[in-house]
Amino acid sequence: MTAKSTAMDRGYGRNYLPFAYPALLITGAVIVFPWLFTLFMSVHEWKIGSPRAFVGLNNYARLAGDERFIESIGTTLYFTLLSVVLPVVLGTACALIFNERFPLRGLCRAIFILPMMATPVAIALVWKMMFHPQLGVLNYLLSLAGLPPSLWHTSLDTVIPTLVMVEVWHWTPLVMLIVLGGLAAAPTEPYESARLDGANPWQMFRYITLPLIMPFVVLAVVIRTIDALKAFDTIFVISEGGPGTASETINIYLYLQAFAFYNIGYASAIVVVFFVLIILMAMVLLWLRQKAKWS
Amino acid sequence: MKDRKTRFSRRTALKIGAGAAGVLAAPAIMKVARAQTGGFNWKKFQGQSIEVSLTLGPRANNLRTHEKEFTELTGIKVGSEVVPEQQHRQQQVIQFNSGNPQFDVTSVSWHVQKRLFGKSKWLVDMKPLLADSQLTAPDYDWPDFTAGGVRWATQADGRMDTLPNNIDPWMIYYNKELFAAKGLAFPRTFEEIVMAAEKLTDKSAGIYGWVSRGLKNANVPVWTSFMLGHDVDPVDPTTVKLQTTTDGAIAAAELYKKLNREYAPPGTVGFNWNEAQTSFSQGKIGMWIDGIGFAPPLEDPTKSRIVGKVGYAVMPQGPKARHSATFGDGIGIAAGSKKREAAYLYCQWATSKVMCNRLLQSGGGSPCRASPYKSPEVIAGLKLPREWLSCLEASSAIGRPGLPEIVPVTEFRDVFGVGLTNTIGGADARAEMQKATDAFAPVLAKSEA
Repeated sequence: MTAKSTAMDRGYGRNYLPFAYPALLITGAVIVFPWLFTLFMSVHEWKIGSPRAFVGLNNYARLAGDERFIESIGTTLYFTLLSVVLPVVLGTACALIFNERFPLRGLCRAIFILPMMATPVAIALVWKMMFHPQLGVLNYLLSLAGLPPSLWHTSLDTVIPTLVMVEVWHWTPLVMLIVLGGLAAAPTEPYESARLDGANPWQMFRYITLPLIMPFVVLAVVIRTIDALKAFDTIFVISEGGPGTASETINIYLYLQAFAFYNIGYASAIVVVFFVLIILMAMVLLWLRQKAKWS
Repeated sequence: MKDRKTRFSRRTALKIGAGAAGVLAAPAIMKVARAQTGGFNWKKFQGQSIEVSLTLGPRANNLRTHEKEFTELTGIKVGSEVVPEQQHRQQQVIQFNSGNPQFDVTSVSWHVQKRLFGKSKWLVDMKPLLADSQLTAPDYDWPDFTAGGVRWATQADGRMDTLPNNIDPWMIYYNKELFAAKGLAFPRTFEEIVMAAEKLTDKSAGIYGWVSRGLKNANVPVWTSFMLGHDVDPVDPTTVKLQTTTDGAIAAAELYKKLNREYAPPGTVGFNWNEAQTSFSQGKIGMWIDGIGFAPPLEDPTKSRIVGKVGYAVMPQGPKARHSATFGDGIGIAAGSKKREAAYLYCQWATSKVMCNRLLQSGGGSPCRASPYKSPEVIAGLKLPREWLSCLEASSAIGRPGLPEIVPVTEFRDVFGVGLTNTIGGADARAEMQKATDAFAPVLAKSEA
């Protein structure tokens, strides 16, 4: 019986396999081929306008001694850390607020998620105008509050916090929506029991709400981490990786190498290393997500 | 016998018919006659359509505004695309490298793209086309082009892959009102620039003596402008060796650091030309160094608070020389274009006397022809003050390339730009220039090998 069904399964598979070919073909063309080609380019010295030459792992060896690349890894991690933690904390807090009933809650929620709908390049241009040290509205507002002006994206010390501020404004609503979904799905019985047991609001949040929404918070962390790692448009428009190299993330450096200096081979090696870095981080986050699942 | 006077013969009918057809066709014949002189005919490629890719800016505006005139003249349809400078340069390289660019005609920044485009032979050599009387309008007047423009359009191997379109010398804009308030005359030397900047700066009132580009990459021409005053090119044109750690180069970096660190508004480290222009146009900056083509918004009352108060000054005398760092662009035909002749007609029209006159009058550029500067009618129609024109002419007379003619120009600007930005933050100029030189020297050696 088992042998018979297996044979049937094989026939079934043979009959239906052709239906998977188009998907396999497209996957191969848009995912597998570009990756193989990137790997191929990364082992070549290839500058646009010059002949290509095989250099083995030279590009990778060069990366190890490239100060700007190493600095860009640090900048990427710093930017990512702030761009994940702050929106997640603020988004979770906002979700808790918007989960409560109050007048005009729907309207407030709609207004709150508006930034998320804006195009990153467009909002970056608007923020850049607002950041202008002499003519920007932000320094004018600071002066009204009796605070000294800030140099925003034009200072080595404040450029990353400034860029993170834009990220927080842009993406906190996304985190809020994800966590709000978790709160809506959370059962109400544990709260009733806790109230009967005399738990205070903090205890209910710490021991009931937080564990219940944790899978959603981790999901938000995963999405935000991926977004922050690949952030390019906002940084490029506002600071172009400057002043100097103060906000030069891996993406910006990679872009410069590929499309400003036309070092396609070297840029491909950066892509490969960056990809490995992202895979490692994704594995850690997925492991955390497994651990955070409701049991 | 029939009366010959009244007889309506077949011959008469043909004559009348031919006459009527001639009368009806006269306008069209006249139009063709106007377009055709000798063996040249503007309408020769009528019905074709070409794609034009231009860098966003006043030169592109000038061409696009009058594009219909070209179509009326030639019967060639034009699809033109305008892309911001940085993106345009990348798009061009990627399309050329693909072997199948989507455009027939494109604008070329000589100071960035000349060597790369020349080395890769991505553009058509204009010389055979210019020599072809069937394709070049008799009134194109090639000798009218300035020697400097022609030299810049010509590659080291003798090919000329663009027609000269515009030269952009750098000069100093200054606020006459602020200078008058302090009883200052415009500086005659580099030393006097520093002294004037110091006297003009009143940080408590939000007034600063100086502003220039501080953003990496964009800031390099400011430094090279000072370097030329020391009679030093960033790269020796003969030996192709870096001269970026010479005494002149270091002194130029020190001057750049001093002006931007002590007398420029806070945040100048992140300024490109547009931020510097915005700050200057608000009336609280004494001097701004940049290209002469940025003048029109300063004289536009909807954009500027200093209309009529702007002074246009030629770069002052440096310790060893007096030069204006000069940049420029041309217009060329993609080597892969299948409509070379039609594209060539567009390039001719774009650099014709009429279009050059318009470019000069708008103040959006300085054409590479001599005639617009000599024409009283053109000068009478100038939208900017005469002082601007005098400054342009005097600056062009002392023009010298502001960037080295090498393939990796963008990398050069990036590496040295980072160093210059660091100096505004307080870093030692000599150490930064040495570091940048060490980083860039292998790149240069490889590219020019």
